[in-house]
Amino acid sequence: MSIFIDKGTRLVVQGITGRDGSFHSKQMLAYGTTIVAGVTPGKGGQRFEGTVPVFNTVADAVAATGANASVIYVPANFAADAIFEAADAGVQLVVCISEGVPVLDMTRVMPYLREKGVRLIGPNCPGLISPGQAKVGIIPGSICVPGPVGLVSRSGTLTYEVVYQLTRAGIGQTTCVGIGGDPIIGTNFIDCLAAFQADPATKAIVMMGEIGGTDEQNAAAFVKAKVTKPVVGFIAGQTAPPGRRMGHAGAIISGSSGTAAEKIAAFEAAGIAVMKRPLDVVQLITERL
Amino acid sequence: MNIHEYQARELLRNAGIPVPPGEVATTAAEAKAAAERLGSGKVVVKAQVHAGGRGKAGGVKLADTPREAGEIAGRILGMKIKGLTVEKVLVAPAADIKSEAYVGVIVDRASQSPVMMVSPAGGIDIEEVAAKTPEKIFKTPVDARYGLLTHQAMALAFRLYDDVTLVRQAAPILQKLYRAFVDAGASLAEINPLVVTPRNEVVALDAKIVVDDNELERRPAIEALRDAASENPFEVQAREANLTYIKLDGNVGCIVNGAGLAMATMDLVKYYGGEPANFLDIGGSSNPDKVVAALRIVTADPNVKAILFNIFGGITRCDDVANGIVAAAKQFTVPVPIVIRLTGTNEDAAVKILESVGMKAMTDMDQAVQQAVEVARKGGAAA
Repeated sequence: MSIFIDKGTRLVVQGITGRDGSFHSKQMLAYGTTIVAGVTPGKGGQRFEGTVPVFNTVADAVAATGANASVIYVPANFAADAIFEAADAGVQLVVCISEGVPVLDMTRVMPYLREKGVRLIGPNCPGLISPGQAKVGIIPGSICVPGPVGLVSRSGTLTYEVVYQLTRAGIGQTTCVGIGGDPIIGTNFIDCLAAFQADPATKAIVMMGEIGGTDEQNAAAFVKAKVTKPVVGFIAGQTAPPGRRMGHAGAIISGSSGTAAEKIAAFEAAGIAVMKRPLDVVQLITERL
Repeated sequence: MNIHEYQARELLRNAGIPVPPGEVATTAAEAKAAAERLGSGKVVVKAQVHAGGRGKAGGVKLADTPREAGEIAGRILGMKIKGLTVEKVLVAPAADIKSEAYVGVIVDRASQSPVMMVSPAGGIDIEEVAAKTPEKIFKTPVDARYGLLTHQAMALAFRLYDDVTLVRQAAPILQKLYRAFVDAGASLAEINPLVVTPRNEVVALDAKIVVDDNELERRPAIEALRDAASENPFEVQAREANLTYIKLDGNVGCIVNGAGLAMATMDLVKYYGGEPANFLDIGGSSNPDKVVAALRIVTADPNVKAILFNIFGGITRCDDVANGIVAAAKQFTVPVPIVIRLTGTNEDAAVKILESVGMKAMTDMDQAVQQAVEVARKGGAAA
């Protein structure tokens, strides 16, 4: 079992012929993801890697192939329109990898998606992987193995670090989700925690947070109220100076709100075991499985 | 990106908001001449720096005459406010004020929408108002697809004023502020204070706009407002190389791919008893040139006693990073030891490249961080 993606995922890749899109589409195909279509306006009728049909629009791709999920690798300024297009074409899950999407674009996207009932993951995220079943995005497949841990993270490479530690210790994963570090994202910690709680294969949950905002504090309250599975957490940015933007648009501390100390305290109060460093994930998870 | 008050005032004026006149000066003589052109009344001289609390730091002063304006400008120019040198002042007429309000719009993470905020208790203590008496701040989320609706603007304006003639002036100002916020690609736009003059006119005395960096590519007119002279030169250099760099006070230089891993690396440096010298994210799909630029920036910090690379290859290819390190070593001297941790995409190729020039790489993050901390503690002598 897994959350959000599995063997039944039929993926359309928006921007399949671009530099990042083509590179990662090859990786996703090699991993065994069912890519049923690609979209690049003006390249309809071509085939990607000799097999995947390319369409001019997502609507054409969905009509011809029954795609039920989309992944977006288009430049940031076009990402919002790509999300609208995917939602209009009727896919249920949209994963936006593009980095640098203007926040005001996202303020227009989100109410539209809520009305349509479409789940967005990202933007500015590494995507997700259900080891052994499918990967959508850019998480390296080689560092993941199937197993009982669900992982959700705001970061990309930090996610890899923790998955790598788990895999090296022989602990596999149901699904690893990188939700993205931007201020406005489609799927948050709570959405993932709820999905992992409902997934019978997930026996423990790892939550990787960051400074900035209050998502981790809200997630901690949710864990306390609704999650019966063990949760292990981490907060990156304990040494970050206040008020500075650390690359992730979301990782901003203003005043005393959103500091690492505040978030760690919220985790501890909710009974979440807090890692002091990424390596600690192995011991804390092992103790709880 | 931050823009100066005088630039924000200009954007608001262009949006149709009543803003009193004002001129920018970079010397005392210019400030005196500007005050003369504004007429015979009192003027206010205001430091133009990207820092809050200018008034409390002595960067905002009243002058009775143009001569005094020149003298005050001479004192404010060159002053340091929160570490930033004042290069420019704004000279504006000192308005008589009946009341001060706060109006602003920000992108709110929780509601995932812009939120318009107003408070009748405006002025320099608005942050204290927000902290101590939040009930005096009124907020309305805006559906970005439709913008701030007239009835929403009216309802907020009624929170500011009882007099309907003032309400009818303030409501359009709120809508114009919202439009200026969207047109600038801002993450924050505020007027503080929005004042009522003795003639019952509602005018914007001070303006602040923070622009979302991700909007700049498609808004060249806004990008042109950037004042690179007011930013840290290394941070400017980093931005031009498409890196994110923030200088800190420690001695372990960190070069990492990905913001989350970069923060976790800094934290781990601290965990093992060291102090990070910087945050530096080389980003995804990094090419060797970015790595060269990153090393150049970190090496330029005299506090740095050891440089730690922590690379988890995904989009970023480890061999690109290794090639960058080798290229940098050919272009300039790196005066301190480099500790390299690489794992992930093309890791084997990277190790070969580094070994060909006598450098080593590790695969374990904790080991690499401990070694870098140790090297830095010994003052940069090889471990």
